[in-house]
Amino acid sequence: MLLITCPYCGPRPELEFRYAGEAHIARPEDPSGVEADPWGEFLYNRTNARGPYAERWRHFHGCGRFFNAIRDTTTDFFLATYKVGEPRPDVPARAVASASTGGAGER
Amino acid sequence: MVETVAFPPARPIGPLDQRASHARARPAVRMALVPPGVRLSFRARDEAAIARAAEGFGVALPREACRFSSGGGRAALWLGPDEWMLLASGDPDTLFATLEGALTDLPHSLVDVSHRSVAFTVEGPEAAAVLNAGCPLDLSLQAFPVGMCTRTVLAKSEIVLRRTVETRFVVDAWRSFAAYVWQFLEEARREFL
Ligand SMILES: [Zn+2]
Repeated sequence: MLLITCPYCGPRPELEFRYAGEAHIARPEDPSGVEADPWGEFLYNRTNARGPYAERWRHFHGCGRFFNAIRDTTTDFFLATYKVGEPRPDVPARAVASASTGGAGER
Repeated sequence: MVETVAFPPARPIGPLDQRASHARARPAVRMALVPPGVRLSFRARDEAAIARAAEGFGVALPREACRFSSGGGRAALWLGPDEWMLLASGDPDTLFATLEGALTDLPHSLVDVSHRSVAFTVEGPEAAAVLNAGCPLDLSLQAFPVGMCTRTVLAKSEIVLRRTVETRFVVDAWRSFAAYVWQFLEEARREFL
């Protein structure tokens, strides 16, 4: 089973967790002042990156906290997890390199 | 002439009473009900509130993740960085009022959840193996030492698990899931004598 490291509880089985979409998307301070297009952008458009991707996760059946994770979408490998409010960490270059050669070829 | 019949005071029936009284003895893993008790869900981020709650409760609230502290028949379980489960016996209202009194003016949440779940012990040399039939956590003594507690999953249900001695765990399951959790472990322990 895939282990995900909760920044509070440590490594735990994946079925204790829930996925919660892309991380670092700030809701506009004044939604009613936002034009339709940027609002639609905020609501619906996601990077959907291939490779390392910053995501929100929640330790649902554990401490209950939301946190952020960098997950490689081509390998499902978690490169880093960090608390909400902390800056996105630099993922180790080697992990990114091996991920991009591992699964990122044209298919 | 009307005869009055005095009924004994009503005693609440727990969801596991029947099952527990019919549980077969298996020394490798025994399962037994924990008597109903007080459970309070306490949440706070404010340091003063956490200190005040610990003072009023009489047991320190652990700050280390997934640990519980106990004393004088009470226990405080760390469930999240700002969440604790307070276990006690006796009258819930008195304890609740004491804590609320101590926490006046401090931002916090205190909820009586005594009846939300039922607890039972899983005890014996094979206790960890039986729990691992449905719980994917590493329950070795290194990874899950005595004094550790956590919310986790058992098969399809959420539970709160804690290890009180090397070979004894306490499982706290939500009321309506309790029969399922009990029966799941009952079947898992059939493997052992
Ligand atoms: Zn956690």
